[in-house]
Amino acid sequence: MENEFNFAQNVADALSDSQLRANFRFATDTLITRRSTVFASPDETLHLRQVGSAMKKSVLTRLPHLLEQFEARCLENGIHVHWAETAQDANETILNILDSHSATKVVKGKSMASEEIHLNAFLEDQGKEVVETDFGEFIIQLAGEPPSHIIVPAVHKNRKQIARVLADHVEGMDYTEDVDVMLAKVRKVLRDHFKTADVGISGVNFGVAETGTLCLVENEGNGRMCTTVPPVHIALMGIEKIVENVADIPAIYRLLCGSATGQRITTYFNMISGPRKEDEQDGPKEVHLVLLDNGRSRILGDPQLGDVLKCIRCGTCLNHCPVFTRIGGHAYGSTYPGPIGTILMPQLESLETKGVLATASSLCDACSEACPVMIPIPGIIRRMRDESYGNHDDPWLPGHGFKKSALESLIWRGWRWSQNCPALNRLMLKFLGKFGNAIPKVGPLKIWTRYRAKPKFGKRSLKDLVKKEGVRRE
Amino acid sequence: MNNAEKREQILGRLYTAQKYGSDAHVPEQKRWEIPVYSREQRIAEFTERMTAVRTEVFQAKGNEWVDALHALVTERGQKTLLHAPETELGKALADHWPKESNCELVTWEGDIEAFKEDLFACDAALTSCMGGIAESAALILWPTPQEPRLMSIVPPLHVVVLKADEIHTSFQDAIEALGWAENIPTNALLISGPSKTADIELILQFGVHGPTDLVVYVVD
Repeated sequence: MENEFNFAQNVADALSDSQLRANFRFATDTLITRRSTVFASPDETLHLRQVGSAMKKSVLTRLPHLLEQFEARCLENGIHVHWAETAQDANETILNILDSHSATKVVKGKSMASEEIHLNAFLEDQGKEVVETDFGEFIIQLAGEPPSHIIVPAVHKNRKQIARVLADHVEGMDYTEDVDVMLAKVRKVLRDHFKTADVGISGVNFGVAETGTLCLVENEGNGRMCTTVPPVHIALMGIEKIVENVADIPAIYRLLCGSATGQRITTYFNMISGPRKEDEQDGPKEVHLVLLDNGRSRILGDPQLGDVLKCIRCGTCLNHCPVFTRIGGHAYGSTYPGPIGTILMPQLESLETKGVLATASSLCDACSEACPVMIPIPGIIRRMRDESYGNHDDPWLPGHGFKKSALESLIWRGWRWSQNCPALNRLMLKFLGKFGNAIPKVGPLKIWTRYRAKPKFGKRSLKDLVKKEGVRRE
Repeated sequence: MNNAEKREQILGRLYTAQKYGSDAHVPEQKRWEIPVYSREQRIAEFTERMTAVRTEVFQAKGNEWVDALHALVTERGQKTLLHAPETELGKALADHWPKESNCELVTWEGDIEAFKEDLFACDAALTSCMGGIAESAALILWPTPQEPRLMSIVPPLHVVVLKADEIHTSFQDAIEALGWAENIPTNALLISGPSKTADIELILQFGVHGPTDLVVYVVD
């Protein structure tokens, strides 16, 4: 049913869609500008990023201890804690909770973890009604598309395209480009869903180990509705999302808002530490927390790759990436697009399926310069490339060495000899000086020269010239 | 596999096989500190930054805010105002609310399951708060049995009365001053403006799911 993932084709399609490119260019430029208003002072920004980076590293270093502490506090607070090894585990756990309440209708807040496990498709297959309530997610759910950006999921569509989707899918809605009218109508539709849903599902931005608190960051208020109105709340959280103390929150929260949308603070910061107490009038009667591993604990088995788990899902690396800006999120064919997706997806799936993403990078370093927790993204992209060819001493990535080819290895070995052995080097230089320009454009050279000039070899090598004429120092 | 077994597996893998961080340098933890502002600065910055996120901030002395609020809802046409009569604030409101008014004071009755329809029909709600934050422009709410969580999200107009003395410089300061970690409530909230979205062409639009308007009276 689903087409095979063909990255090169996706990129070609995206590049030839001028509307898409215009939408993304506008969006990423705007988001970069907004970010720079919050992080105006380079010194302060660097300090704050160092705080965030050290905080996340310290958490990951002690992750199992903090997870146990977090779990214990959550249990004391009356939150049910479930552990999920895989996406399938998490989906089934959530389904069981729904079934134990005979729930048929779910309202959902925006959650990348739920995208990662394809929760909506799973629940819908089981006959559940799942309503995305974040405005952007609502639109793309109607359009039957995945998000194209971690923070602004419908950013690939402009106002007219959104108006079309709403007119086509929302009952009683006419085509209008008036944003106020669109929002008012959607607000009414979704309020009915909040009132009648059996269960609310959300993600978690930070889980506080000290207090067993689930923190949710949002602007729209749909997250608060989902976690407060229905009688049951299920929170899905990747195990790396821990922060240690309440006092750690201000820095990491500022880094998240500033990087994601250029805000100093979001409209709502919602800290949930348990279900409705006996004397309280609202809030869910039950709160369930699903802790999702899905490959994360394995990633920490490598000394370098664990840096990817510092990620707080702000999406700023997407905005700063010259590749993402031009091709958009869908081309990556993955839950997480852009630079962070490039280093995360091959780890969650395999190099064989997603290693190709690492080819779409100029290693320009813009992502890691912007990253609020200082993940060395280009370094990990190089690791992806190295492992793809089997060139790493302690291979750790699933599917490592899948691109290894005997011919290519032989050529590179030959190159190494030609650089190590003086006689061989002289021979090579002489050969290239005489016959290099006559090498025909076939095979790899044909592909290489499609967009590039073929290198021209001089009659005499640089070495010869230096020997003869010396080096002029000016 | 049951839950306990999955837990053992995940934690076991982390305890025994984790290499990340074991050989690497864990940098010294730094703190993000913000120097404390003066009282005047706190009020001024809170007002300025809240206004920038489309919150209406008014200064008031004593119980002046009740009359001001009455004038505001009369002008804008709210017919119902949800309040908590058991709280000091709710009492002050009820005591000074004009007998003849187009806006009726409503009370939360029973639990959410019983009150849901009425709640979603309310035009406005008044709540107290635990304080404000100047540096990032936020109200701190710790909902209580008297002032449940949904009072600050469901009605389209949310009105908050904030004591000028309770405006903290930063989130950090507020966490320390309130003993946040030790006294953490079931639900704690920061609120900065009416609900908003930028999902259509990144244009900021107010009033998505929560309140379309947020009014704050800073009481001295």
